[in-house]
Amino acid sequence: MNKNLILYLGILIFGLAAPFVFPAFKVQLSILCILIVLATTWNIQGGEMGYNTFGNILFYGLGMYLCASVQVGMFFPLAEWTESGGEKTFVHTPVQFFQGMAAGLVIAAVVPTIVAGLIGYSILGLRGHYFAICTLGLGVAAGEISGGIEIIGAGQGFTTPPFPDVGGLEARGEFFYFLSFFALVFTFITVRAIYSTRFKLILNAIRDNEDKAEAMGIQTMKYKIIGWMVSAFFCGLAGGIMGGLVGYIDSTDVAFDGREMGVFMVLMAILGGKGTLWGPIIGATIFHIFKEGFWTFFLGWQYVALGVLIVIIVIYFPEGIMGWLREKYPEKFGEVVDEKDRKAQVELK
Amino acid sequence: MDFLVFQVPMLTVQALLDGLLLGILFALIAYGMALQWGVMNIINIAQGDLVILGGYIAYFMYLYGIHPGWGVIVSPIIMYFVGIGIYKLVINKVVDRDLFISILATFGISILFMQLMNFAFGADVVLANSGYGTTMLFNNSVTLPNSKIFSAVVSIVFAVGLVIYMKRSKLGRAIRATAQNARAAKILGVDTEKVYAATFGINAALCGVAGALISITFTIHPYMGLPYTIRSFMIVIVAGLGNLPGVALSGMGLGIFEEFADYILGTEFRIGSVFLLLVIILVYRRFKLSRKREYLK
Repeated sequence: MNKNLILYLGILIFGLAAPFVFPAFKVQLSILCILIVLATTWNIQGGEMGYNTFGNILFYGLGMYLCASVQVGMFFPLAEWTESGGEKTFVHTPVQFFQGMAAGLVIAAVVPTIVAGLIGYSILGLRGHYFAICTLGLGVAAGEISGGIEIIGAGQGFTTPPFPDVGGLEARGEFFYFLSFFALVFTFITVRAIYSTRFKLILNAIRDNEDKAEAMGIQTMKYKIIGWMVSAFFCGLAGGIMGGLVGYIDSTDVAFDGREMGVFMVLMAILGGKGTLWGPIIGATIFHIFKEGFWTFFLGWQYVALGVLIVIIVIYFPEGIMGWLREKYPEKFGEVVDEKDRKAQVELK
Repeated sequence: MDFLVFQVPMLTVQALLDGLLLGILFALIAYGMALQWGVMNIINIAQGDLVILGGYIAYFMYLYGIHPGWGVIVSPIIMYFVGIGIYKLVINKVVDRDLFISILATFGISILFMQLMNFAFGADVVLANSGYGTTMLFNNSVTLPNSKIFSAVVSIVFAVGLVIYMKRSKLGRAIRATAQNARAAKILGVDTEKVYAATFGINAALCGVAGALISITFTIHPYMGLPYTIRSFMIVIVAGLGNLPGVALSGMGLGIFEEFADYILGTEFRIGSVFLLLVIILVYRRFKLSRKREYLK
């Protein structure tokens, strides 16, 4: 226990000091935090519950649009803002900006949660690949439809309020870094707390055999919906922060980006290891480093590399890094191993 | 109601005919998907990208001065080998695994193809001009491009040909046997590995035909693949696996739905309405089955 405490404190101190130690990587580190949040919350669904979804991008995009709309709509007419397309006709004062951001993030987290609760009963009745394809359809449909709505910018996109003139670019980077870092800490604490309760066991029971879980008297639908609402909450929050960080929202390329972010979250969780607490975090970190490398050194070929990467990960590492470690060092994961038995198995292999 | 469709009744006829001819094309793609889903238990997200690739083959024939109509012969031959190549490289490693793994792996292939096509052929929307002209019906109030009629006829010919091939030939029998029970087929001497490869190849060839027809009748673009995948998936789940008349009918139904959605909601919501329809159909089936305490399998 003590060792864990030191580890957490170390990570916390590293996280707090990071923007000052690596000032050039502030934006990258904030994106990393968001990616970890997305991978961790996808893992609640895909890893623990066994409901592989491509649709968490729906909540992410919803949160992004809601946060920006609230931030603008609280002080200025929204339609005129989007029509001016980022021209400096309306300028947020610093107080307005931060007030709007705070209110926007609350809305961005709460509304997707409610949406998940409302559609949960219908969608979560589907199983396996039908669920995967249905959620894929939801994400793409949301992108296509939001690309046709005038008030949030339609095809030309939505410029989020620029950071007010306090401290310049440095302050902007630090603000968004700490925002996303605290979102990450909040997510981690919540998810860790969830994973130590009976709720996680119920989710695992649903993953392993839903019919049996139901026969044992668990109201599976209720827990499935709650699980989805938890992921939706954090996805919406992450989307809201990401919208402010990117500064520009486009319906299919930034918000409901099923081709990038929607696949990234699945990939990161699988790369790290589904169904573990640390897997998505490790997976997201490695993936982000790889991705930035691709985007920098193979510019233009990044999607080709991404496609190859997906195929390779899925075919050769479906268990992920944590799964591989678990197979190699089962003692560290609290599994009791009979040494003779293990040797016999190794010989068999 | 101030919708144009209701003010000009002839537009209804136009939309119906357009949708019908379009739907036959969709049914051809869905037929390929049903085939490989039934035989190999794989959902191929890259289906639409294979279609677009087939379309580019016809388009390049057009660029080099060959009539793109011949694409319906050349494109499936090339696509057959592309399909077998994909099978040997990727699909045979995911065939007997979890369905989600195959979805993700083919998603990767889809992204790869999309971007490679974008590099090779450019990001422009292109079409191959067949020069077939148009037919005017009902006192010139309904226009019907002959290329659409051509595409429907070719689709029907290929679909019927494939059905006969599956019934009569040795390979067709082997494919049907594998679909029923792969293990038993293996015991009785069917080389299932070969059957799987051939199935995926035939699927890709069908996509090639459909793509060539799409490049003649409509337009193609490297990123337009995913909607075709979703459409064929939708047609297959509405019809059910192995129900060929059902595939044809639901394909036409989808085509008509799309044309009307285009007229009533507007073109910008066309793709969105297709994806929403998928969600609605799945949810409807789920509620219908849950009364019997079952779920979609």
